[in-house]
This record gives sequence, structure tokens and C-alpha cells, in this order.
Amino acid sequence: MSNHQSCPECPNAYLPHPARIIRTLPQITDHQLFQIRFDDEKMARDFTYRPGQFVMLSVVGTGEAPFSISSSPTRPGVIELCVRRIGHVTGALFNLAPNARVGVRGPYGNGFPLEKLEGNNLLLVAGGLGMAPLRSLLWYALDNRSKFQTITLMYGAKNPDEMLFKYELLNLIDRADVNCLLTVDKDKSGIWKGRVGVVTGLFDGLQIDPAHTYAAICGPEVMFRFVLKKLLERNFSKDRILMSLERNMQCGVGKCGHCMIGYKYTCLDGPIFTYWDAINLPEMI
Amino acid sequence: MKIVKLPRQNLGEFIARLSSFGDIHAPTRRGDGSFAFAPVTNVSEIALSCTRTILPLKKYFVRPEEVMFNFSAQRGYEAPSQEAERRLVVFGAHPCDIHGLKILDLVFGGRCADSYYFARKNRVAVIGLDCMPDEYCFCRSTGTDFVDSGFDLFLSDIDGAYLVRIGTSRGDDMAVAAQSLFQEVQQRDREAYKAKSIRRRESFQTEIQLQDLPEIMDLEYENEVWQEVAEKCLSCGTCSMVCPTCYCYAVFDEIKLDGSGGQRKRRWDSCLFKDYALVAGGHNFRAKRASRVKNRYFHKQRGFVSQYGRPSCVGCGRCKAYCPAGVDILEVVQKLRSETRV
Repeated sequence: MSNHQSCPECPNAYLPHPARIIRTLPQITDHQLFQIRFDDEKMARDFTYRPGQFVMLSVVGTGEAPFSISSSPTRPGVIELCVRRIGHVTGALFNLAPNARVGVRGPYGNGFPLEKLEGNNLLLVAGGLGMAPLRSLLWYALDNRSKFQTITLMYGAKNPDEMLFKYELLNLIDRADVNCLLTVDKDKSGIWKGRVGVVTGLFDGLQIDPAHTYAAICGPEVMFRFVLKKLLERNFSKDRILMSLERNMQCGVGKCGHCMIGYKYTCLDGPIFTYWDAINLPEMI
Repeated sequence: MKIVKLPRQNLGEFIARLSSFGDIHAPTRRGDGSFAFAPVTNVSEIALSCTRTILPLKKYFVRPEEVMFNFSAQRGYEAPSQEAERRLVVFGAHPCDIHGLKILDLVFGGRCADSYYFARKNRVAVIGLDCMPDEYCFCRSTGTDFVDSGFDLFLSDIDGAYLVRIGTSRGDDMAVAAQSLFQEVQQRDREAYKAKSIRRRESFQTEIQLQDLPEIMDLEYENEVWQEVAEKCLSCGTCSMVCPTCYCYAVFDEIKLDGSGGQRKRRWDSCLFKDYALVAGGHNFRAKRASRVKNRYFHKQRGFVSQYGRPSCVGCGRCKAYCPAGVDILEVVQKLRSETRV
């Protein structure tokens, strides 16, 4: 019979822990960065995670949804979630009063394989809201700078007004230990001093050694396809290309079934998958 | 394993004595040829020769709809106590149904075990009963026609008596409580059991070859059978509801009319429902019915094998027996296989 006969020993895996939204930082239209702190001081101090992992966030009276963590575990105390107002739970989240109570459980998912990434070059490629999970990896790498070789960020937004973490990323441009390449598809306003064009254009002239580099991609489906093409042209091995995927997740722990892709649970085996995983799972991208 | 004999005339008294271990539920007749696990007080209410109930045992462990948490703005989320739930003795579980529970144990166990499921496992005793296959049964092909664990007691009918295998300490307590009703197993009982076993084996009318199906499913990923099934399938989810191993659930919050709080609930879900893979913002990863049908088969026969080392099908025949559109798993598998034959 099962190993789980005694219930006091298995705490409720679905229980959201009380937390508060201690700061809300508006980003762009319908996107905000929520800083969240657990009520329990020990939990607030000790809660740790890997870049690429996610939490399940509950808005009392509305429901629960998965959100990738945008902050880095190198900066403990609060977790930051970059959220687009797009559905039922996020709609309610945007209407909460300052210091409102929410519920958080996690962290879930595999996160980026940091042990493998260390000692290599990092190439982060983000489009739109795809910057949300990659920001965690970016700050993790910058805060552990000596563990990595070169660090390159390529981030494309539709226009300057839709660039997430814009001022934070602009501040990285003159930092010597990271190659921060930002682009916008269009700039009607004329305020943008940087590059205009799609994110794949940033590959032109980029010197990178594919044998000693891991690429991490997150963004809309169409961007995935074009970025993959660029990486494969440059002879990136399929298991050195990492992607963060989105699915319907209702439990976060491999029970409810919704995030199943072929024979992988996005919530357990992902949300970070290699391109090789994606080839094996026809539905994945 | 400890094995004793229960003469058939003692079954009624035995069932009566089991009531000290909980409310007794067993297969009861609901209509012409349809049966359901339901509370019984007397052995005469039990459909002893029933081949399959409409819903499998999972309804006792994961309720069709259940409260996960009560919540309010002040108190946050609190799981309801399951201590108040009554103890049950489910009598008449067939080997395929018990195998179904063992598969659910795999899914709901692991690092983040489902505390609701395992609390019920403690409160619900399972007493198995052997059966004879009908034209829908293919448990012999899935290797689930016999069961050696996952029950407290298991009764095998050997004409005039039952051989009773004792599977757990709780099962032993039950046997001890009814000790006077049991007899020692004789040589002729052993022979009767073996003869019955052969008779049962020879009674299977349906066979399905599952051994190398995962590889064939990969080969036939683009097979047109998925589109053919999709044209028949109503996406009603009946096959998921009646499946002993379908465990998917949907989570939703309900608030009280006065807004003072509410409940987080979960209910059985089906991967055939259109909104199953829908995410906020409107993107549906399986908008097409053919992709949902394929996913269901792929998960049971291919995905589950990768994850847990065995397919999540126990050959009970329910999906075929209760599909309102006549979708037949055996036919689907045969089509996949025959088309690969040169």
C-alpha cells in the first residue's frame, strides 16, 4: 500500500501561505511588477528558488494562477512577479488595495539548470513579457558574476512604451560586464535612441562560441521560431537552448493534469525545456 | 499472504459484522444492466455478479466535487477537517478497480502528496471480489486481471464458498472480528480456486496488444485515426468520468453571496473538454478536438509509461461501454497497429 498513510506527516501541498503585496511598480500599460512578502518572517527570509521557477498566487475570492518569478534568489526578502492584466485572477490582482493580503505557494517547476549554466557564456533572448522569467536569471548571473563567462541580453519590445524594466535595463547598457542589447520593433515617437528592428536582428555581428554558451529564450511563439533558427544556424546544440513555456496550471505539483504536454508535465518537468525536449514533444511549440 | 475460507451462507453475517468498520458500500442494481457503488445495509441489496459499476472506486477518494479550502479575507485559507467524514467499507471491488486505485496512488503520491486523497485512503477500507469478464473486459491484456495488493480483503468465489485473502492489518482486524464465520482452507478449495482461475482466463473474449504501443503511438502520431475519432467524439468527457485512472481536476473559487468568504473547490475535469488547455488571454493549446482525443490516448498509453513505467489503463472496458458515440479504444488501437503492418 502507499507510503502516505499518515496524514499529519504530509502537509497540505495546495495551501496558499499568507503574504502581502508590499509595493506595486507600474511597468507599461496593463503590466505591473508586484513585490510580495510572506507574512511569516522566517518564510520571508528563507523562501528561496531557482530562476525560471514559478509560484501559484491566490487572490482571495477570485482564484489562483501560476506566475513566473521575476526577482532573483540572490535578493531575498521579497519576491517580484511581473504580471500582465489579461484574465480573471490578474484582473482582480490589479484592483487590490496597497498592502493587500494574497496567498502564495511554491516555488514550483524545474527552473534553469544553474549547475550546467555555470562556467559558460549566457545568451538571454527575450520578447515582450518573456523578459519576466529571464530577469530572474539575468540578476542571478549578475549577482554571481564570477560564476559565468560573458553575459549577453537581447530584448525586443514592440515599441519603447512597451519595454518592461526599461530603466533598469537601460542602466545596464554602460555596464562593462554585460552586453545589453535592446531593440524595439517600431518607434513612432522618435524618443528611442537605441536600435529599431526585430530581436533576431541583434544576432548580426554577435560573436559567440556556441560550444560554451547556453541560450535561454522566452517570448511569443513567433519569436521562438525565428530565434531558434538563428541559434541553429550558429550551430548551437539542441540541449544548450533553453525555453520557458506557458501552460494552463491549476495545481503546480503534477496532479491536476492540465499542463501535460505529451509525456511531460510543464509544472514538474518544466517550465524550462531544452529545444531537444521540444522536438520530442510535437505539441510543445 | 494469509488466506481463509468464508462459506457462502456466512456472507450476509460477515457483511453485517463489517459495519463496525464503517458504512458499507457495494455494487447495487440501478437499472437494466447498470450498477453503482452505493450504501447497503443487507447482503440482499448487493449485486454480487455485477461486472462493472458505471463509476469506479475513485469517487470515494477524489470526490466528483470537493472543498479544498474555506477562505475569508481575515482568516486566509483553511482546509476543512476530514475527521468528520464517515469511515467506509467498500465491498465488491474488482481487480481492475483496485489496480486503478494503485495507479491513483502513484499520481497523488510523490513529493507533493495529495493530503485529501491519502486521508480518504485511511478512512476507506477496500474489499475485493473476483469477477467473470464480459465482452468489454480486456484486463487480461493490461495485466490487471489479478491483484496482489491494494485491498484489505479479497474474496474469490469458489462455488459455495469464498477464499478470502487478507491484504492489510485492517483486513486482518476484520477477519478476526468475524473469526467464527471462517473455516480453514482445504485441499479441494485450493483445487477449486485453480480450476476457476483457468475457467476465468478462458472466458476473455477481448484482447488488445499493448506491449509495444508507446513506440507505435510515436510512429503513428500523424495517423488519420485521430481525425476519424474526433469526428465521432462529442467531447462530453464521459470516458474520463468513468475511467478508474483519469485523475484530472479543475480548481475554482466560489464566494458567498454576502462576500464574507467562500470556498476553493475542485471537481473532476476531462482533457476532452474544450477549455482544458486554455490559458488566460485566450490561447488554447488544444483547440481542436482531434488534438484532445490524441492527447487522451497518448497520455494513457505513451506518456504514463514514460512517467510511471506502465500504461494508465486497467482494461475495465468502461470507456467503450459508456461512450454515447460508440468510440471504442480497442478499435482505435487496432487501427493504429494494423496500419503499421506491411
